[in-house]
Amino acid sequence: MTMHLNDVTLTYPDGDGRLTALDHVTLHAEPGELTAVVGPSGSGKSSLLAVAATLITPDSGQVLLDGTDLVGLNRKQRTRVRRDRIGIVFQSANLLASLTALEQLTVMAHLAGEAPTAAGERALELLDAVGLGAQAGRRPHQLSGGQRQRVTIARGLMNEPSVLLVDEPTSALDSERGAAILDLLRRLTTERGLATVMVTHDRDHLAHADRVVEIVDGRAHALAPA
Amino acid sequence: MFVALRDLKFAKGRFALMGTVVTLITLLVVLLSGLTAGLGRENISAITDLDADHLVFAAPAADQDISFSDSVIPAQTQADWADVAGVAAVEPLALGMTRAESGARTTGVAFFAVDEASALPPVAVRSGEVVLAEQAAEDLGVAAGGTVTVGGVELEVAAVAGSDSYSHAPVAWISDADRPMTGTAPDAATVLAIRVGTADLAAADAALGTETVTVADSLNAIGSYSSENGSLQLMRGLLLAISALVIGAFFTVWTVQRSPEIAILKAVGASTGYLVRDAVGQAFVLLLFGTGLGAALAAGLGAVAATVVPFVLGPATVLLPAALLVVLGLVGAAASLRRIATVDPLTALGAAR
Repeated sequence: MTMHLNDVTLTYPDGDGRLTALDHVTLHAEPGELTAVVGPSGSGKSSLLAVAATLITPDSGQVLLDGTDLVGLNRKQRTRVRRDRIGIVFQSANLLASLTALEQLTVMAHLAGEAPTAAGERALELLDAVGLGAQAGRRPHQLSGGQRQRVTIARGLMNEPSVLLVDEPTSALDSERGAAILDLLRRLTTERGLATVMVTHDRDHLAHADRVVEIVDGRAHALAPA
Repeated sequence: MFVALRDLKFAKGRFALMGTVVTLITLLVVLLSGLTAGLGRENISAITDLDADHLVFAAPAADQDISFSDSVIPAQTQADWADVAGVAAVEPLALGMTRAESGARTTGVAFFAVDEASALPPVAVRSGEVVLAEQAAEDLGVAAGGTVTVGGVELEVAAVAGSDSYSHAPVAWISDADRPMTGTAPDAATVLAIRVGTADLAAADAALGTETVTVADSLNAIGSYSSENGSLQLMRGLLLAISALVIGAFFTVWTVQRSPEIAILKAVGASTGYLVRDAVGQAFVLLLFGTGLGAALAAGLGAVAATVVPFVLGPATVLLPAALLVVLGLVGAAASLRRIATVDPLTALGAAR
């Protein structure tokens, strides 16, 4: 499945006027490809991710997921899309304090009404895939920053989405752990045929990307991959 | 309740604290309910146990309510009621408070004076005899065959029967011929205990200058009962309201604290309905545990208390208040759930704006 953002414009109220966060932005994310979105702070990268994740409705433009425009969906439909078809990896490893690493994943299946047994097996496989099989029973405070981010990635993949949206996945990590996370994202994108969109401000990450889009002042420009 | 149950285990301290509050409030409410019912029973059992479905009072003045203390039904009115079509039985009953003595022992009793043929007492009572409630016999240290003085009249104890009391005094059933002086005509009754068939009560009341009410409605005519019961019920109601507010406040703070987690769950696809069900389930588990423990403790304490104070231990005084606390607690918790709907999943992204 592919995700296409076509001519998306997003503005926010700003005093008496409006601030343009995204200005006629177009972006294509294809299966098995990692698309990196770079740009300085405040350029509109996270707004782009929020629009793609159906968390914000743009003023105009289309957000197409395998041909279906997500912009016209109601709140319930958007929630279902996020649950079943889009995986989100947050900037900080946003995990639920009371759940173990395994439960961070199985809760996703619970949201989708899936039987616990099958979900448990798949969650363990995913934790193994991100190198955390042995830490399945640990809670967030018992995991390192890199481990928490891996759990977040595994959680994003739990309901087998076609699109993975990743927001600054290494911002809270040192360079060694950050590189490991990028390698992991690269590998999972290829192995699982994900259309991955990764927002980053670090140009060193572009080496992992198949496509690069730079956003400056809300406008997108395609760059050649590093 | 996937997240809710895990939150309960994870945040043990917080939920234990709230559970303790619910337990203590339940303990208070159940003990108060048992005491209210116990005190109420001491006030009204002699009336509620009457073999009658309605009581006829003298009609009060326009700005007054019916009252056992003020009601006087003359002999003529009693006779007229006996002639009312559709009334199955009319039993005159004169009652009041007096002193009973046996040797050096004395106690206050409520005398219930009836005709010798009356079916109202637990055991038929004849002139020169008294049928004492168990408490009165115990206080006076007498048994059947003994002698007591009731309101200055010496009577033989025909039987010790029943545990009825009126206005916190045990009942002494006596013959109308032996009733103490109360300032009313000797043949006047306080009320008429009747069993109604097809009678037109309103027409009879209008014609005879009386006011007929059901036995249940007559209880407020006992002055001590209406004021005492009203105060205790007010306290009980306030406790229930406080518990709903406390539980509501707790879950409001709890919901505010976990707003970031709610935003994450919404961002990854949890519906508001799912989150509300989760939170209500959490509140229900907490309330069930807290009220269950509180009710069990109160039942244990109540069983001990019942030996020294008037206390009723039963489903109506234990299970009903506990169930009411669960319902009101859920209402209080539900008020806090509105916040779940307003949490914006976008905040999980943090840097979106």
